[in-house]
Amino acid sequence: MIDRKKSPKILDAVEFDLQLKPCTRFNLDNGVPVYAIDAGAEELIMIEFVFYAGNWYEEKNIVAATTNFMLKNGTKNKSAFALNDHFEFYGSYLNRHCYNETATFTLHTLSKHLPALLPVMAEILTESVFPEEELAIYKQNQKQRLEVNLKKCDFVANRLIDEYVFGFDHPYGKYTSTLDYDQLHREELVQFFQQYYIQGKCALFVAGKLPATIQEQLNKVFGAMPLNQHALKEVSFKQFPAETKKYNIINDSNGVQAAIRIARPFPDRHHEDYPKVHVLNNIFGGFFGSRLMSNIREDKGYTYGISSHIQNHIHDTAWLVSTEAGRDVAAATIAETYKEMETLRNEQVDEEELDLVRNYMIGGLLGDLDGPFQIISRWKSYVLNGLTEDYFYHSINSIKTVTAEELQVLAKKYLNPEEFYELVVI
Amino acid sequence: MIQFNRFVLANGLRVLVHEDHSTPMAVLNVMYDVGSRDENPEKTGFAHLFEHLMFGGSVNIPDYDEPLQRAGGENNAYTTNDLTNYYCQLPAENIETAFWLESDRMLSLAFSEKSLEVQRKVVCEEFKEHYINKPYGDIWHKMRALAYKVHPYKWMTIGKELSHVENVQIDDVKKFFFKHYCPINAIIVVAGKVKTEEVKILIEKWFGDIPSGEKYDRHLPQEPKQEKPGLLEIRADVPLDAFIKTWHMGGRLDKEYYIADLIGEILGGGASSRMYQSLVKEKQLFSNLDCYHYGTVENGLLTIEGKLVKGVSMADAEKAVNEEIEKIKTETVGDTELQKVKNKTESVIAFEDMSVMNRANSLAFYELLGDATLMNSELERYNAITSVDILNYSKELFDENNSNTIHYYSKN
Repeated sequence: MIDRKKSPKILDAVEFDLQLKPCTRFNLDNGVPVYAIDAGAEELIMIEFVFYAGNWYEEKNIVAATTNFMLKNGTKNKSAFALNDHFEFYGSYLNRHCYNETATFTLHTLSKHLPALLPVMAEILTESVFPEEELAIYKQNQKQRLEVNLKKCDFVANRLIDEYVFGFDHPYGKYTSTLDYDQLHREELVQFFQQYYIQGKCALFVAGKLPATIQEQLNKVFGAMPLNQHALKEVSFKQFPAETKKYNIINDSNGVQAAIRIARPFPDRHHEDYPKVHVLNNIFGGFFGSRLMSNIREDKGYTYGISSHIQNHIHDTAWLVSTEAGRDVAAATIAETYKEMETLRNEQVDEEELDLVRNYMIGGLLGDLDGPFQIISRWKSYVLNGLTEDYFYHSINSIKTVTAEELQVLAKKYLNPEEFYELVVI
Repeated sequence: MIQFNRFVLANGLRVLVHEDHSTPMAVLNVMYDVGSRDENPEKTGFAHLFEHLMFGGSVNIPDYDEPLQRAGGENNAYTTNDLTNYYCQLPAENIETAFWLESDRMLSLAFSEKSLEVQRKVVCEEFKEHYINKPYGDIWHKMRALAYKVHPYKWMTIGKELSHVENVQIDDVKKFFFKHYCPINAIIVVAGKVKTEEVKILIEKWFGDIPSGEKYDRHLPQEPKQEKPGLLEIRADVPLDAFIKTWHMGGRLDKEYYIADLIGEILGGGASSRMYQSLVKEKQLFSNLDCYHYGTVENGLLTIEGKLVKGVSMADAEKAVNEEIEKIKTETVGDTELQKVKNKTESVIAFEDMSVMNRANSLAFYELLGDATLMNSELERYNAITSVDILNYSKELFDENNSNTIHYYSKN
């Protein structure tokens, strides 16, 4: 008979020798740096341009996001339909996303179709025309989408909490109104495109089972474009955090849930506390077994989910607790959140819990590095944040060695309710 | 081509092993042949609530998550109308922890009152978050009830109403467990950096002595052929009018399923699809438009859903949808357009199969459908479809009497 009460032996996290697969680096003729991961068994590939063309660089609200969105809406010789039809015919995915500092333009495809697709990517990046009628449709549909989103307490809460922490005049704190759409003009997009895409600065990330000729293929199609010829304009912003710390907003008087956001400013990834706070955050609210989840969901049933995380920004950022809880238990949820902060300040995490979190995090990292797209994604994060692979080994070391005492010091330094903004949106 | 080995334990537990030595991870996927279609109509939402209770401690192990996390693992689960699936992924060296945990909760739960009390609340909050406190959140509750008169697909997996979840008692939980959660009604897939011979030993060790249980035979009321179109008008506190229309389509193993899937792609799958181009871009009647279905095992619903541009009347929007439907019923789809949706399908399958977790999950699902090898012939079945198949099935599928429509009006 087996003893079902006894757990099988496990290999502890500290035993795992995690390695980050090195990435190949080369430059195109125009100086665009390329980071490549050749891995995976399937004939699939990802090609991603990261331009320094996020809302950090716009002079007027949503110019960056709209320019990025409309990359697929027409070139000199191809209509929006023709572009979409081309990429969809080959079963490929051409996506674009605009972030704060950066904006991406990404292709996922079966490798065999690469030769048919790369030239059209280049065409988009050099000859997009932002047709007036496409812009009009975009404005109309985005305004409608915004109107629906503004009915949702979580959407409203996400906007406001960023505004409180960073200030509305900071790229991390601003958001969109219907008026912004109305005031948007085609010329602004054309100009932004010219400056930040055609003559912009970018890096290229490629991953998958790469053809032997990948370097030549990329260079042939993208190597002569006038990219990376100018230094990036230096832009800096000051944060203007709100003075008032607590907010209650009724967005929908019939709402049955409250979106709760509790946030404080937090330094960027280069700060020495960052790797260890990452561990502290996991204990606090970073995974299913965290203190917040165990208490507020698994013991009290106030919510379907509650979590804490450090916002993924390149510059100084925020540490945020986020949940949607029953309207009648919103106050109790906030009180319990502060109580968990208090416990972390007042009591050292015991070794059993700390070991669990170490193992969970290392196991998670191992899973996160499984596959070419996951590996390149980590490299991308290091490159964009100005970090090197040393950071990877440094973080792993922090996970393996951080002490309960150090975590308590960090909790005392950062988890003080009076330093947090608190927002409830119903 | 996904390779796997398959065997059955003496207690009826079906086991599939998919070896992939390129990953450092291992996956254990346990699929139970029970979903919300198997619920009592007065106690809907139960299968899903039950899924939550599976994490509330088993007979010998007080907590499921903690030992798994300690072994560097992660897990989750989901319930659909058709099935319930539990999966975990952990460093391959620690795979036995997953066997230990999963086998104990297949053996028996702890049936904790506290867990039931908490998870009732958690699920009620989930219900509120996704279906009550969201604009248009009730649209599928209404559509299911309109489209299905007798078949249990007429309610959502989350449940028909909050009170059904609130009223669940521990006895219901016990009965459900012993009826459905036993080896004979389960399929296990072990995937990743594992060896079949080692898996055999571990499976036998941990699952071999669990009583087989009784095979659950489903006798669900079948939906009779619909004889007239269904229509529902709703007025709600939402900013925009919305339109949703569904047609009864073939079940997961029918040839008609594959045809309907491609029809959906042609009509509304992506920015170069017919309806997106015509209704969103050219005529500007809808601000967004999607065409989809849920891939249900039994006969499903092909769906067109969109929000109207302000100022557009429901009648004009509907008329334009019907014109596109009429076109696909009467004109043969061109070769290039057909090739496009087949290429898209090839790509979707390839990207899905990249992750070992997805592969494990798909193997279990196809085995549940009857045979895991079906997974390797999916693309062939799509590629075999001709433009004549599409024309013929469109005529049947898009019969107005086979449809249900909701006009969802903004009362503002």
